[in-house]
Amino acid sequence: MAQDHAVSAQTGAISPVAIRAGIDLEINGESYRHTGDPLMPLLWYLRDVLRLDGTKYAGERGEGGADLVLVNGKATSAIGVPISKLAGKQVVTVEGLADAQGKLHPLQQAFIDEDAIGCGYCTPGWLIASMDLLNRHKDPNDGDIDTLPNLCRCGCQTRVRSAIKRAAAAMKPGAKA
Amino acid sequence: MSGRLRLSRRRFLQVIAGTAGALIVGIRLADAADAAPVPPDMLGDNLYGLGPYVRIDQDGSVLIGARDPDPGTGVATSLPRIIADELDADWQRVRVLPLGLGVINNNGAPRWTYGQQVGGTGNSIPRAWRDLRAAGALARWLLLQAAAQQLGVPADRLRVEKGVVIGPDGHRLGYGQLAAAAAKITPPPSPVAPKTPEHYTLIGQPAGDVDALGIVTGQTPYSLDQHFGDAVVAVLAHSPWVDGQLEHLDKTPALAIKGVIDVIELKPDPKLPPGQTVIAPAVAVIAETTWLALQGRRALKLDWKPGASGGESTAALEQQATSLLSSDSAPTTRVRDDGDIDKARRKTARHVEATYYQPWLAHATSEPMNCLVRIDKSGAVLYVPSQSPQQAYTVVQRLTGLAPDQIDIRLSRIGGAYGRRLDHDYVAEAVLLAQAVNKPLRLFWPRDEDLSHDYYRSGCVHQFSAIVDAKRHVIAWNQRLASASALTGRGASSDRLWTSEVSVNQLPAGFVPNYRSDWFSLTSSIPRGPHSGMPDVTNAFAVDSFIDEIAHALKEDPLDTRLRLIGDARLVPLQGGGAIDTARLSNVLKLVADRINWKNWLRSVNGLGLACWYVNGAYVAHAIEVSMQGNKLTIERAVCAVDVGRVINPKGLENQVAGATLDALSNALNPAITVKDGKVQQSSWKDYPLASMAQLPNSVEVITVPGDGDPAGASFIAMPTAAPALANAVFRVSAVRVRRLPLMKEWLRLL
Repeated sequence: MAQDHAVSAQTGAISPVAIRAGIDLEINGESYRHTGDPLMPLLWYLRDVLRLDGTKYAGERGEGGADLVLVNGKATSAIGVPISKLAGKQVVTVEGLADAQGKLHPLQQAFIDEDAIGCGYCTPGWLIASMDLLNRHKDPNDGDIDTLPNLCRCGCQTRVRSAIKRAAAAMKPGAKA
Repeated sequence: MSGRLRLSRRRFLQVIAGTAGALIVGIRLADAADAAPVPPDMLGDNLYGLGPYVRIDQDGSVLIGARDPDPGTGVATSLPRIIADELDADWQRVRVLPLGLGVINNNGAPRWTYGQQVGGTGNSIPRAWRDLRAAGALARWLLLQAAAQQLGVPADRLRVEKGVVIGPDGHRLGYGQLAAAAAKITPPPSPVAPKTPEHYTLIGQPAGDVDALGIVTGQTPYSLDQHFGDAVVAVLAHSPWVDGQLEHLDKTPALAIKGVIDVIELKPDPKLPPGQTVIAPAVAVIAETTWLALQGRRALKLDWKPGASGGESTAALEQQATSLLSSDSAPTTRVRDDGDIDKARRKTARHVEATYYQPWLAHATSEPMNCLVRIDKSGAVLYVPSQSPQQAYTVVQRLTGLAPDQIDIRLSRIGGAYGRRLDHDYVAEAVLLAQAVNKPLRLFWPRDEDLSHDYYRSGCVHQFSAIVDAKRHVIAWNQRLASASALTGRGASSDRLWTSEVSVNQLPAGFVPNYRSDWFSLTSSIPRGPHSGMPDVTNAFAVDSFIDEIAHALKEDPLDTRLRLIGDARLVPLQGGGAIDTARLSNVLKLVADRINWKNWLRSVNGLGLACWYVNGAYVAHAIEVSMQGNKLTIERAVCAVDVGRVINPKGLENQVAGATLDALSNALNPAITVKDGKVQQSSWKDYPLASMAQLPNSVEVITVPGDGDPAGASFIAMPTAAPALANAVFRVSAVRVRRLPLMKEWLRLL
């Protein structure tokens, strides 16, 4: 699709083509320009255009939370937000949780350590929602954790709860990395 | 270069020398292996064409193929660990790869190179125990022989530790150094005996999910995440009625959207059983991207006309069930009839009766139905989230007419299955549409299609009556069940339709001298199919609730009632072979009772509830504690004890048990599928509410009974007893007996 590329390169043609207008946004620390339909939901831009497939399809209204991403640090349903609303925004998907060197975020490590995974399809959404929670509560209690909107049919909720607490402990200043 | 070893009457283990001096051990069918040995230079790194169970490269890395699809049951971890243990491999150096469908062309007919490949039905581990161990044992034997040759000492003087062979003088040879030589050794004429348990290094030790790192970084692909460069996307609008007819279709608004390629009608093939053809008449919108296809579907102008099913409703079906059960009509099948129910009445000290109602349920998988397919002259390549790739193959073969070796079915990790993916209606749709547009194609079902077009679990009504004698023994048990069989139209004879609905051996059959179980068939055109944990889930809810009601009628501790019913330690024979070990059954029950502090049963402000069950060689019990504040119910504790024989991966087992507990609670608390005027009324998580984090207990305490018997499957053994233990606890805390699911709605109605 034409909208995939900010610059179209034709074989044999060396003269540069003018850069097309579009919506600039940042995804996982990299700059992107979306030149297609501004109403395209972020989910389909991520999955169909960029092939960042970690963010999953949940439902037409994002029910269940498998399509959550962080937009400027806040958990947001990727199917509910058109690219037009993301100009200049910073988007972080599950692929962007680890640092640039590939070192896992303590929350990712905690999910591995607690084996907080069933089929794993909803896991990226749980990670993003938990990240958002930890951004707001350094030391979330059970009541805070109860507010997570995610659904899971494999029953990983108890392990997610443990993983969030484990991550919170690991992220405390002075905790052993 | 290659050799074969007799494994069983039908299958051989095969050893092949790989390109770069790799040792490869796989399993092939005997006759196929004779006809078509794989030439080594074809092997390369093309694992789909090769499908080894074990591949050891010169650098010492070990690649193990996982045969069965993993929809979250943990077999991608546990099956390779069974092999790796026999092999004495270093787990840190093992990489696991999901194997695609293993099929070769045997004069035009398919031959399955890996035997049966099925996931999520609870028998992956028992099957692997029988054959996969041999693959690991053979690889280890070959490596030992190679080391013996190189070191010049007999193999029995060598020992192996984490992928290294150690000589009597301490000389060490890594598997990588031995792989090339091992591939040239002729296997022994008789099978290599698997290890004895004292030598297990990985079996019985905890291991995390092999895909964990990939999943938390978003790198593990599901079928929906696989891509072909030029695939178009198809989204369907199915008829609300399986027998519906398209009365009006205006394609123009959809086709007017730039990027929408085509609008195509699909119809089920009436000659085929459910699950092998399109589920209901449908209109597909084909577009360049998913989003465009979704917009195209919204723009469609279409009207469906119902067939005869337009008059159906789940409420009317329940009415039909109730009147059948209260009538004198003969059952469709008398499933079991021990002793003499009618004579037992003479000893009646107490008579207990109750009727239980359970709703229709959807599979509600997280990853909706989808399929990526490319068909060209050379063949078909498909990414299918299938629990049964051999069934998917049959669907593809029938529609394409391709030869077995032209059909390449690839498996990725699966986003939940629960029996839904034993059916392949969506594969038929994808193939038909790819043929129609002559392009690679992704079929994608949005959530509303997925929830409202399923092979549902039938709702059911259980009617019980029990007779208790003066010594408090249950001397007669009469179970009458009405449901719509999941097997209708699926090739089962009419006298076997009950087998998906009730088990001939389910508790308390064999424990009560006069026992009768009748099944009444309901007629419905609402699609039905296999559901994980059935028929145990519905029957355990009814039976374990009813035992609690008997205890209440006797004014005694339900634990006492249950233990009396189970009786002394003995083997209760099962029809069809095998036996229930009552000691193991009462053991799991006592374990959960102890853990939840059952001795406070009467005094506790909170409500405690129990249930226990026997499932295919495994024993399970739940104890649940609930508290009540006004009309708010909180599950304070959930304890589950399981006895599955030998445990392959304790961490994996614990996760399966805790997960199944939460899922069963979630299914019992709120959701139900209802049908009105033949139409399913639920289309999103909003109206099919799974439990939220807040509604579920904060932890599940899992007790695993150590065992050394052959391992039983574990993926859903913890499902049957969770809901009845909950209902029994709810009764204790609120004095309200919930005899109808979903529980919350009924409890609030009765409160």
